[in-house]
Amino acid sequence: MVVDTVDEQTNDRLFHALADATRRDIIRRAMRGEHSISDLARSYPMSFAAVQKHVAVLEDAGLISKDPRGREKLVRSNIDTIRTANRLLEEMEALWRDRIDRFEAILEEPEGDI
Amino acid sequence: MPVTNVHKDPENLTMTVTAELEAPVTRVWQLWEDPRQLERWWGPPTYPATMVDHDFTPGGKVHYYMTGPEGDTPRGWWRIISIDAPHRLEFEDGFADENWDPVDDMPTMTVRIDLSEQGDDSTKVTIETVFQSTEAMEQILAMGAEEGMIAAMNQIDEILGAGATAS
Repeated sequence: MVVDTVDEQTNDRLFHALADATRRDIIRRAMRGEHSISDLARSYPMSFAAVQKHVAVLEDAGLISKDPRGREKLVRSNIDTIRTANRLLEEMEALWRDRIDRFEAILEEPEGDI
Repeated sequence: MPVTNVHKDPENLTMTVTAELEAPVTRVWQLWEDPRQLERWWGPPTYPATMVDHDFTPGGKVHYYMTGPEGDTPRGWWRIISIDAPHRLEFEDGFADENWDPVDDMPTMTVRIDLSEQGDDSTKVTIETVFQSTEAMEQILAMGAEEGMIAAMNQIDEILGAGATAS
């Protein structure tokens, strides 16, 4: 069995971050362009501090990054980057799994028969 | 299944796979050190590899080409960064031109191999691959790897709905 606790923790943070309508909305906005936190705060019926907290949860899960821009920090989505990186690491995994299968096939041959 | 663990780290663009093989370390090492064995597994059956040069010393080069179904023969090179037979090997892998020189603007990847004894007749193999950047990874993918998607990212797309469609 392949058990990867590091990945499990990452998933916990990820799905916790996504389990809130405001946070999902913040990601969707961030995927369309960069927004300052005060800009985002104007879109929701809640305090600046509350929006700031949501942004922190998303940042902790790696879904967004904050870029300093002048006096403000701009919120930017990491989703496309993560998606690309994950997909390509999946390709690498598949490539090496196939190679390891071929290792086995070669190693199973009798010695001197290679 | 010989694969015992896989760890993918998207932030550091690193994929690490661990496997246990039923053979002594010295036998597993031959899979890399013997070019005739190396060419039997490096490329997939549709793109078998042919090793032209195989200098397994620090700074040494390995030159190979692969033969595709259409008769295309993309070329590649390795530069051996460090070698400690029969346990460790680190090399850079990249695309080569007609003179076996690295192709400009093409990404490279660093591969680290670690073989360790697990009892008399068993070897733990750890393979770590590191890409230079996501852009580099995209270029490698465009060179012919097939499509694939991580399950969690599909779920994120579903959770976010249409808003998650890449612009």
